[in-house]
Amino acid sequence: MKLVFKNIEKDGSGSIALIPEESEDMWHAYNLIAEGDSVTASTVRKVQIESSTGSSSSNRVRTTLTISVETIDFDTQACVLRLKGRNIVENQYVKMGAYHTLDLELNRKFALHKPLWDSVALERVEMACDPAASADVAAVVMQEGLAHVCLITPSMTLVRSKIDVNIPRKRKGFVQQHEKGLNKFYDAVMQGILRHIDFSIVKCVILASPGFVKDQFFDYMIQQAIKTDNKLLLENKSKFLLVKASSGFKHSLKEVLQEPSVLNKISDTKAASEVKLLESFYTMLQLEPAKAFYGKKHIERANEAMAIETLMISDKLFRCQDIQKRKEYVSIVDSSRENGSDVRIFSSMHVSGEQLDQLTGIAAILRFPMPELEDSDGDDSDAESD
Amino acid sequence: MARHRNVRNRNYSDDYDYDDVYGHSVEEDSCLSPSDTAQWMYDRSRNQQAISNFLDNHNDIQEEAEELPEPSVRTLDRRESMDLRGLNLNEEDEAKLMSCLDELRNVLGDTIPENILVQSVLTHKFNYNKALDEILNNKSKDEGKCKPQPAIQVPTVLIEPIKAPILTTGDKTPKVIATKIEPNKVAVIKGFKIEDENIKSCPQTPRDQSPANRERTPSRLEQADENKVIIKIKENKSDPNTQFLNERGSDKDHLYIVVIGHVDAGKSTLMGRILCELGEVSQRTLHKYEQESKKIGKQSFMYAWVLDETGEERVRGITMDVGRAQFETKTKKVIILDAPGHADFIPNMITGAGQADVALLVVDATRGEFESGFELGGQTREHALLVRSLGVNQLAVAVNKLDTTNWSQERFDEITKKLKAFLKQAGFKDSDVTFVPCSGLTGENLVKNSTEPELLKWYSGPSLLEVIDKFNVPQRLVSKPLRLSINDIFKGTGSGFCVAGRIENGVINKGDKVLVCPTKEMAEVRSLSINDLVSNVAFAGDQVSVTLSGVEMQNVSIGYILSDPIQQVPVTSRFEARLVVFNVKVPITKGFPVLIHHQSLVESANIIKIKALLNKSTGEVLKKKPRCLGNNSVAVVDIEVCRPICIERYKDVKELGRVMLRVAGVTIAAGLVTDIFTT
Ligand SMILES: Nc1nc2c(ncn2[C@@H]2O[C@H](COP(=O)(O)OP(=O)(O)O)[C@@H](O)[C@H]2O)c(=O)[nH]1
Ligand SMILES: [Mg+2]
Repeated sequence: MKLVFKNIEKDGSGSIALIPEESEDMWHAYNLIAEGDSVTASTVRKVQIESSTGSSSSNRVRTTLTISVETIDFDTQACVLRLKGRNIVENQYVKMGAYHTLDLELNRKFALHKPLWDSVALERVEMACDPAASADVAAVVMQEGLAHVCLITPSMTLVRSKIDVNIPRKRKGFVQQHEKGLNKFYDAVMQGILRHIDFSIVKCVILASPGFVKDQFFDYMIQQAIKTDNKLLLENKSKFLLVKASSGFKHSLKEVLQEPSVLNKISDTKAASEVKLLESFYTMLQLEPAKAFYGKKHIERANEAMAIETLMISDKLFRCQDIQKRKEYVSIVDSSRENGSDVRIFSSMHVSGEQLDQLTGIAAILRFPMPELEDSDGDDSDAESD
Repeated sequence: MARHRNVRNRNYSDDYDYDDVYGHSVEEDSCLSPSDTAQWMYDRSRNQQAISNFLDNHNDIQEEAEELPEPSVRTLDRRESMDLRGLNLNEEDEAKLMSCLDELRNVLGDTIPENILVQSVLTHKFNYNKALDEILNNKSKDEGKCKPQPAIQVPTVLIEPIKAPILTTGDKTPKVIATKIEPNKVAVIKGFKIEDENIKSCPQTPRDQSPANRERTPSRLEQADENKVIIKIKENKSDPNTQFLNERGSDKDHLYIVVIGHVDAGKSTLMGRILCELGEVSQRTLHKYEQESKKIGKQSFMYAWVLDETGEERVRGITMDVGRAQFETKTKKVIILDAPGHADFIPNMITGAGQADVALLVVDATRGEFESGFELGGQTREHALLVRSLGVNQLAVAVNKLDTTNWSQERFDEITKKLKAFLKQAGFKDSDVTFVPCSGLTGENLVKNSTEPELLKWYSGPSLLEVIDKFNVPQRLVSKPLRLSINDIFKGTGSGFCVAGRIENGVINKGDKVLVCPTKEMAEVRSLSINDLVSNVAFAGDQVSVTLSGVEMQNVSIGYILSDPIQQVPVTSRFEARLVVFNVKVPITKGFPVLIHHQSLVESANIIKIKALLNKSTGEVLKKKPRCLGNNSVAVVDIEVCRPICIERYKDVKELGRVMLRVAGVTIAAGLVTDIFTT
């Protein structure tokens, strides 16, 4: 993301203009824009022009709209961010107060005005504009009959293709059906890779599976590549990395991201470090339960006691429509930082972030045990997540 | 019967009276009056091909006992002789033959032995109509001639030769759900539409297509004593128990055994050896395996090759998916499911165990090997816990490879002692577990009592086969509504496609309408086969292949259920379960992502709520809404599956009310479904 300008008043209100450059930036924008903010961006509208003779023609014109955002939709597949709201700056084509939809576009500037830029939002801008552009990693988790072709960017894990094929089991005298089914499946996975992985960007393709599926698949793919003289695959053969995973379900990416051989290969480790952090939370919960808590109520109390060593919080909580709630979470982040805690904002688009979301979205490892919390009712944690 | 007990919480003293069941002999079960026997003979002949000689043999065994598996060898031979390869047809002719056979079967059902069909198709040069005429003419002649069994073929002759489309599911493209991750709603809706059409064009009740109602379409072949037959069939229909008794009463009980244990314990070898000794594997085949395994330097796996059939398995020397085979003992027809022992293939092992009545645990007695399989993380433990949680409670333990310890009693006792303690803890009753010393490779103490002097010094107990013969067969719940859980989908030799699976409850008849769930599409049962033998009916407990029509092959998935269309299996994505947590590395919290294994289904799911922590033995609530669940705890949780599945409350259908939870390749908990939420 490119920062064009930044204008923030003392009271925290102000505007920032940004140019999204890659699809990941749409995710950042999605996390930045909240209901009630106003967004200015150019868009194409169809306008009816009535000539003096009364005949009308319709024309497409590019115009700049400013809307007060009411709804925000993020299409994770296409990485498209769609904003809806009332127009608040009249121009020659659009009336004041009319409802309009704005699709943010790659490489086109948009300006965002917020009544309050809080620390979490400013941090997001900084993160988004970090030029250390990261090469993406692709991962294919698979088991017999099931595969997910995923792209892992610093803050998103995108399932590009899910392959779900029935493979007949081995049965007496019908072994060929099994083997044929298996080849069909491998073929589909291979097509998924060719279609969805851009080898000019992707530095490393992880193939992960239980048993020998990954090895068999890799052999098959290379054989096919030789047969069909597929240069793309043959040239990028060395980018493939085979590791173990317990299944072909998306969640086994968590295991993949903990493999040392994978960590060596990928430069950006946000996804991996989040997995590791959440793991250490669970380990703490096992070994010293009084030092690991989740749920807003418990975390707030731990924070008051300045006990938080590491705070894990999902960015989903900051996209919450309730401004009051968002404020509360921002203040937990701010004050625990002041107290010297390590604060990690998890991306809810990664597997570990998804899990944290299910675990109320907020969890912490403490510096010292707080057994009194264990006894107190964690009741609110249920209410929150529902 | 034993299989259906709630284990965790049970008080052994109020459990079923063991001796009651034990003393219940097969002869009593099959005690039939002469007239019943006649009836039964009729039914059997409906179901089997070339039955008369089979039947004779069968009766012989019942009386003569001792000499074992003659008939099964014969059936095998018979089938082999029908193998189309024997006909030396070229590919095109074979295909023609297949499609003719299919059409003939559509008209004739399975009343005519296949070899006759093949014969007439060949003599008429693949002309279906001529062949059909010949067969029908011959048949009515036959019936004219042999008075004693006039009704045999009548009820299953369909009069209108409905031409079924041949193999329309030949769609070569695999089912690829690209990009969209949500379950494909469109497909489901399409399914409903198809169902609507079906309902309009087909009779309303599922039974209408069943043999019971055939009398509505009078057959030109009908004979005077047909009435009697139909009345009898009606009775069968109205009471599945009677039908079961008639069909199976004097047949040997079917028993499904899953063979479990750590990788390389010798499971496949043991089973391969038993099959060879019982004559289920021809000398020629065995010789072939010996040669071929030698060629790739795996001669020690020659017996295992009987069960490890795929190239991959043979090259690697490990079982990857469940292998199946069958043999007979004195009182039972035994179907073995040879499970893979390697940790990576536990999902397949769970599928196998889900179909089993009892289990055979194989352990390697070699020094150091038993220990590594039994350690934490070894499959001896995980497998035993899994089968127990899947409802198996009778267990035979083969203490295998004792040849490597020179048949040391000390070693046998050491292993027995360690396992006993563990198995007890896992919930097996002492009296339900039998230990047998043996060697799969040398064949000692498998089929016959051992002649090994070192072993005879201290062992005079039963051979493995005798132990298997003494297992109790669980009661088959034939009168409950149909539930068949699908564990395999494949193209059969004929038209349509086949699903294979175990009937958990109820009865399935050829011609029945069944509901494919959770998609709720109506399908028709075109044909049935049990352990590769064509049949007109199959009962709870059977592992069957069902040829379906009316649904598309790609709309059916492993883990789906064929359900009674009226009393349907519940479909939900949210349910409540009582979990028993195993040894876990990290505690379970809400939001914990897991894979749930439910019969053959594996689906990702989430524990969305931990409702209460319970006392292990009393079931009393210790803590409401605990923060997390640690080792060996018992709790009530809510689970959400990422898409709707078919599931039952444990109290309604036990087999469909159990789930296993796995994370990162480790089984972390077993659960019983206590409530189902409508979603
Ligand atoms: N000495 C000895 N070796 C055996 C015996 N049973 C199996 N084996 C060997 O153990 C290895 C593994 O056997 P296999 O049947 O594939 O084990 P599975 O993984 O449990 O199915 C093979 O090399 C067998 O030859 C036995 O009774 N004695
Ligand atoms: Mg094996």
